[in-house]
Amino acid sequence: MQGFASEFNTAFTLILNGDPELWAIVLLSLKVSVFAVLISALIGMPVGAALAVARFPGRRVLIILMNALMGFPPVVVGLLVYLMLSRSGPLGVLELLYTPTAMIIAQVVLVTPIVAALTRQVVEMLAEEYSEQLRSLGVSRLASVPVLLWDARLALVTALLAGFGRAIAEVGAVIIVGGNINHVTRVMTTTIALETSKGNLALALALGAILIGIAIAVNAMVSTLSLRAEREGLRHA
Amino acid sequence: MIRNFIRAALVSIGLFSGPALAEEPFIVVQSTTSTQNSGLLDYILPWFEAETGIDVRVVAVGTGQAIRNAINGDGDVLLVHAKADEEQFVEDGWGVERFDVMYNDFVLVGPKSDPAKVKGGSDIVAALTAVSEAEVPFASRGDDSGTHKAEMRHWNDAGVDPAAESGTWYRETGSGMGATLNVASGMDAYTLTDRATWESFGNRGNLEVLVEGDSRLFNQYGVILVNPEKHAGVRAAAGQRFVDWLIGPDGQAAIEAFELNGQQLFFPNAK
Repeated sequence: MQGFASEFNTAFTLILNGDPELWAIVLLSLKVSVFAVLISALIGMPVGAALAVARFPGRRVLIILMNALMGFPPVVVGLLVYLMLSRSGPLGVLELLYTPTAMIIAQVVLVTPIVAALTRQVVEMLAEEYSEQLRSLGVSRLASVPVLLWDARLALVTALLAGFGRAIAEVGAVIIVGGNINHVTRVMTTTIALETSKGNLALALALGAILIGIAIAVNAMVSTLSLRAEREGLRHA
Repeated sequence: MIRNFIRAALVSIGLFSGPALAEEPFIVVQSTTSTQNSGLLDYILPWFEAETGIDVRVVAVGTGQAIRNAINGDGDVLLVHAKADEEQFVEDGWGVERFDVMYNDFVLVGPKSDPAKVKGGSDIVAALTAVSEAEVPFASRGDDSGTHKAEMRHWNDAGVDPAAESGTWYRETGSGMGATLNVASGMDAYTLTDRATWESFGNRGNLEVLVEGDSRLFNQYGVILVNPEKHAGVRAAAGQRFVDWLIGPDGQAAIEAFELNGQQLFFPNAK
């Protein structure tokens, strides 16, 4: 157990001393997952909101499907994206396999259902609350989507954070489509998997601690921002 | 608020994406975990990169998966250790030509208590027979990797069909060498491993090398350029330079110079 403590120490010394290699890995993780969440927001929020207000046959089925996709196994997503991006696949000519872009694509597939499903829930509740008002103003259901999204913005931040949590913690998909290539596609989770396979359990655990730290920092940052926004909103009202 | 968040995110992305976008020539090498986990590639690749300016991107998976990825065209060079499969790969037209690069050996590791009483032996087939007769836990890769194929050959020579015992004393992890060693360490099981991964493995627990030195435990690595006629995207010129370097005097000297814990782990033997 003595070796364990010293390895743990080594890992934290690397962080505190700003080891460039480790920081590059941390930054790449953030870059990939933040990008993925932003794209997922652009797709998932309008889709979720539209599903919340629109009425059409098959809507229930779509909602069930979307909710189920929240639990899509990352390995399967990785495999699907690999088959698309492989040189033998339909999108092979784009040469995207084993790049950060491939990892972003995989994470978008994983995160979009979460953002869409949570948006649908939030917006549906708001739409019910405001249905009288919107009808009296003569606003059609679909035209009310932007207003409802804006009004739900604070709740939607939580949806984005849930998506970010799934993206940054995920390993099964990014290791398949990214290849865990040193200095190119190696992120926190694939580094942890690699160190575990080398039997460097303490180092892997210490890297896990950093990952949790990042998650906490991002959540704290976003919640501070939303609190401030909420207070400003109240002041203007 | 959301706008602020997006702005902050975009700024941070802009900050990080600069160097990653700069395109320098590179090749993708499909290789095995043993060459990466041991630190060999990290040690020798900088020499090649400094000499040629070609960045080598290594995807380290099991030999079976590496070959399948190469067949799909998702790599320019294949560096693996399953000679029969490599020759089949070239024969089927997926690779240009196969060259010997280096060798080391497999070892049988197991718990220090050694319930199958195989310690000190150098006959791998007799040792596996003893393990199967004692019905003591044996962790197998079970993943169609080079090491797994070697293990299956020895079981075959021993006249034992371990698959019939799958789930009892014979445990297929379906994972890489490191993960399988973690499992073996956790359940005090025997397992067959390449020496390089073993020497660099940090979580040995009660495990130690019990059987080594059998000529049948020879572990040959080969390198193959993926056939550009099968996949137009293959970076053939840069890939060929890497193959030539690896089997040439500079690459062979670099392999020779790599040591871990004062021990040479790979022995160059290109012809």
